[in-house]
Formats: sequence, structure tokens, C-alpha cells
Amino acid sequence: MRIHLTSVFVNDQQKALRFYTEVLGFQKKTEIPLGESSWLTVVSPGEPDGTELLLEPDFHPAVKPFKAALAEDGIPSASFAVDDVHAEHERLAGKGVRFTQPPSDMGSVVTAVFEDTCGNLIQIAAAKASP
Amino acid sequence: MPKEDDLYRALADPTRRAILDELAKRERQSLFELVTRLTMKHGIGSSRQAISQHLDVLETAGLVVTRREGRSKFHWFDGAPLRAVAERWPIPGKEKETDP
Repeated sequence: MRIHLTSVFVNDQQKALRFYTEVLGFQKKTEIPLGESSWLTVVSPGEPDGTELLLEPDFHPAVKPFKAALAEDGIPSASFAVDDVHAEHERLAGKGVRFTQPPSDMGSVVTAVFEDTCGNLIQIAAAKASP
Repeated sequence: MPKEDDLYRALADPTRRAILDELAKRERQSLFELVTRLTMKHGIGSSRQAISQHLDVLETAGLVVTRREGRSKFHWFDGAPLRAVAERWPIPGKEKETDP
């Protein structure tokens, strides 16, 4: 068994697509119109056949209070691997991305958390070289 | 003003003291960041709910202040209530301005 798809609930699919591609640097994999929204996924350009991220509409009434409660406590909706958290922080902050947690040494890992402008917090993480 | 009992009760717990250590080292932390630090750096495996309750006790004592920024809530350490301890039992050898 493998994880081929995971999702984040977004309040605006097209805005989310712009953020996840133009700001974060993912690329669109599929966009299949489904009524008023789409089956819309992005992938990492380095792994076009890797795990897809579904940008899922947050129409369900349970989603908004759920997302609000996670954001209030600073809990990320997803975590992405990067090579260098400090470099990504600098790059993204330069594009106006707001961080709720600047790069932090958490022992075996360095992490940071930012807002995706669509109602989610996203964590980026880089494992530290083992001693 | 928080009651004096609240201050001593808040300090009488090792997890709450670790929370203050982490907030004193880095201000403006979300609950998620604090829990991550306590787990990864102090080996404190308490649940988010438990840490949230500890934060409530610290806030009641005035040792932690919270502020909402955007969609998230952040925590700061405030050492001001500790002044009451030093004023009640002045530390010997320090300034003697309270002496007659």
C-alpha cells in the first residue's frame, strides 16, 4: 500500500492553485471539472508521478469550524519536505507569505509553519543529518 | 490583578515551568509550536489538551499573555507577576532601597 493522494480543504480552488503553483512551486497535475468545482491536484515538479495533493473545496459545513480551530492552535493541515527550511522561509517570506512559526530547531528536525492564504497552515520540515 | 495563590500554584508544576522556559526563550508561540518543543526538547509527552489547560493556569496567574493575530492565537511569557515574590522576600545583597 502506498499514499498516492492527500488533500487540503481550500476556500477558493483557483486562488489555491495560484498559491500552490506560483508561490510554493508545485505544478498542476489534473483538473477535471465537477459541477461548480474541480478535481484539482498538484504535484512536486521533482516527482511528477509522486504523491498528489488534492485542493479540495471546503463547502461541507463541518470544514470551516474545523479549519478555524486548527488555525487557532497553530496546527498545520499538511507538511511538506524541503532541503533547507531557512532558505525556503527566506524565499517565501520574500513573496509575502506569512509565517506563524519561523524556522525552529526541534531536535531531529527543523520546521516552520506558514499560512496558505486559503485557510490552512502548512508546515515545512527538513530532517537534520544524523550525528 | 491575579491572586497571589494563582501565581504559586502556576509555578508548582514542572510542565508549566518548562512551558515558561520555552516561552522565555522564544516569544509568540502557537499551541502547536509549544507542544512540539515540549515533546522534542523536553520529552514531555502531554496531549495538546493538557498543555492548553496548563496555559490557562499560567494565563490566570498572569505569567502568560495571549494575543490573536490573523486566524491564530499566540502566547508570550510575562515575568511581571514574579516581582511580587522578590518584593515580599527581598533577595539579600541586592539593592536595599526597601530598607528603613
